Amino acid sequence: MVENRPLLSILAHIVLLLGVAIVALPVWITIVGASHEAERMLQTPIPMLPGDQFFVNLRQTLWGSGLEGTNTAPVWMMLMNSMIMALMIAIGKIAISLLSAFAIVYFKFPFRMGFFWMIFITLMLPVEVRILPTFEVIADLGMLNSYWGLTVPLIASATATFMFRQVFLTIPDEMLESARIDGAGPMRFFWDIVIPLSRTNIAALFVILFIYGWNQYLWPLLITTDTDMMTIVVSIKQMLEAAEQSPQWNIIMMTALLAMIPPIFVVIAMQKLFVQGLTETDK
Amino acid sequence: MLKRVHFPASLLPYLLVAPQVIITLIFFIWPASQAVYQSFLIEDAFGFSTEFVWFENFEYLLQDDHYRDSFGRTIFFSAAVAFLSMSFALILAGFADRVIRGSTTYRTLLIWPYAVAPVLAGALFLFMFNPTIGIFPYLLEMVGYDWNHYLNGSQAMFLVIIAAAWKQVAYNFLFYLAAMQSIPRSIIEAAAIDGAGPIRRFATIIFPLISPTTFFLLVINAVYAFFETFGIIHAVTQGGPANSTTTLVYKVYNDGFIGLDLGGSAAQSVILMFLVIVMTVIQFRFIEKRVQY
Repeated sequence: MVENRPLLSILAHIVLLLGVAIVALPVWITIVGASHEAERMLQTPIPMLPGDQFFVNLRQTLWGSGLEGTNTAPVWMMLMNSMIMALMIAIGKIAISLLSAFAIVYFKFPFRMGFFWMIFITLMLPVEVRILPTFEVIADLGMLNSYWGLTVPLIASATATFMFRQVFLTIPDEMLESARIDGAGPMRFFWDIVIPLSRTNIAALFVILFIYGWNQYLWPLLITTDTDMMTIVVSIKQMLEAAEQSPQWNIIMMTALLAMIPPIFVVIAMQKLFVQGLTETDK
Repeated sequence: MLKRVHFPASLLPYLLVAPQVIITLIFFIWPASQAVYQSFLIEDAFGFSTEFVWFENFEYLLQDDHYRDSFGRTIFFSAAVAFLSMSFALILAGFADRVIRGSTTYRTLLIWPYAVAPVLAGALFLFMFNPTIGIFPYLLEMVGYDWNHYLNGSQAMFLVIIAAAWKQVAYNFLFYLAAMQSIPRSIIEAAAIDGAGPIRRFATIIFPLISPTTFFLLVINAVYAFFETFGIIHAVTQGGPANSTTTLVYKVYNDGFIGLDLGGSAAQSVILMFLVIVMTVIQFRFIEKRVQY
């Protein structure tokens, strides 16, 4: 702050609070929607304050038969599927990117740059632009309706590889020299020096990739036809379709809430790592 | 790029890059080349015969009014999302940069929508704007405005734009705030001593100094609106009414999986790939410049 203008500071707080309110409004309405009876959500105007049915709805959503007229798995099962998918994507991406970045930075071998550019190209091929042929590959390999089919095609990562490459390049050369004098081989050096030194970067990337994995939509939509494999994010769409016949907005909003909570919790609880991860991966 | 001190060649580095390279080959390069190959083919309705037709699919697409409309619509959609969410984020970041206490609290309160999946953002806005029970149609009706995005194409477009922009505010806010906080205080103090008020300082010092961030965010938002908003459109409008919200990515999905037009869908994929390459090149060229200010 460069000058003392109390009025301007008050204005700043008012604008910011207003901004927070606008941003939070959709979620507030979701919480309200999730805390009333289904009948109440059919009368206009819909309530703007939470009701007392929140935990009743929560129990019904998590363990009940779910929404009438839909073909979705129980919500707890879909939450578990989402969790497995998000963890597999995040861990898989980090693991293969650490290894390939290590090879590219610390080894001199034929076709090194060829591999580097091949990984770089994946940046230009998001799932959205090669939907149909990738789907055909998965179908041919018999990976439809499996966790492998859901995750493996998404775990190649140019951004993660680049980020680790940058991190490794900042590790002083003396580290490797002394490790070699002490008789450490490449993998020993990788485990005992490279991994510990990039621990915060790994954590920051994990936060971003967990959110990325949890929020996948188009890919699981195509790969999972089996209701047992359905993820929570995909199920929302099915529920919205069913809502046109039998509107149970309280259950839909509760499911939406449950689908949002894990990634939001990660962002807020690990805010520092999240910010670091965001700024690093986009460089 | 390579370390000055490094390990000699052996089998090991190949094993290390193998997982990444194998996945890239099977799930990226092979499907992408298939898309390119299929874009030169026309398959008959029963899948019995395919014919190699060179650029006929592309010619057809470029003459197709639906495709050209969807192209223009996608550009309008992206521009609107970027403008809306960036200007909202810029205003908030400008004020957050001013407050001494609490700017981290505001940051916490504003960044979480980043974590909401696009399809969920769509679901929330669909609920708020549901013509029968939504709160906004109810309020709009009181002032005599009739809201039904199932019938009105412009309303449907407006709805997907604000849902997409809402989710992106968090990201833009974070980068704008970081950019503003990295401006040396001495510059702003010097301007204040010279008598420049807050608005003048913002317009002549802060905004020009963060212009690299603005450009960076413009590219990121365009990429987001092009490729990551499928979930919002799928949940809220399914491209309708009457294709009024069918963007390019939605059209690839729709023509490929619902319409089963392989050649046409592949040709669209190839055009999209070209667009991604252009955007990536812009992004990388710009990042080299960003360092210098």
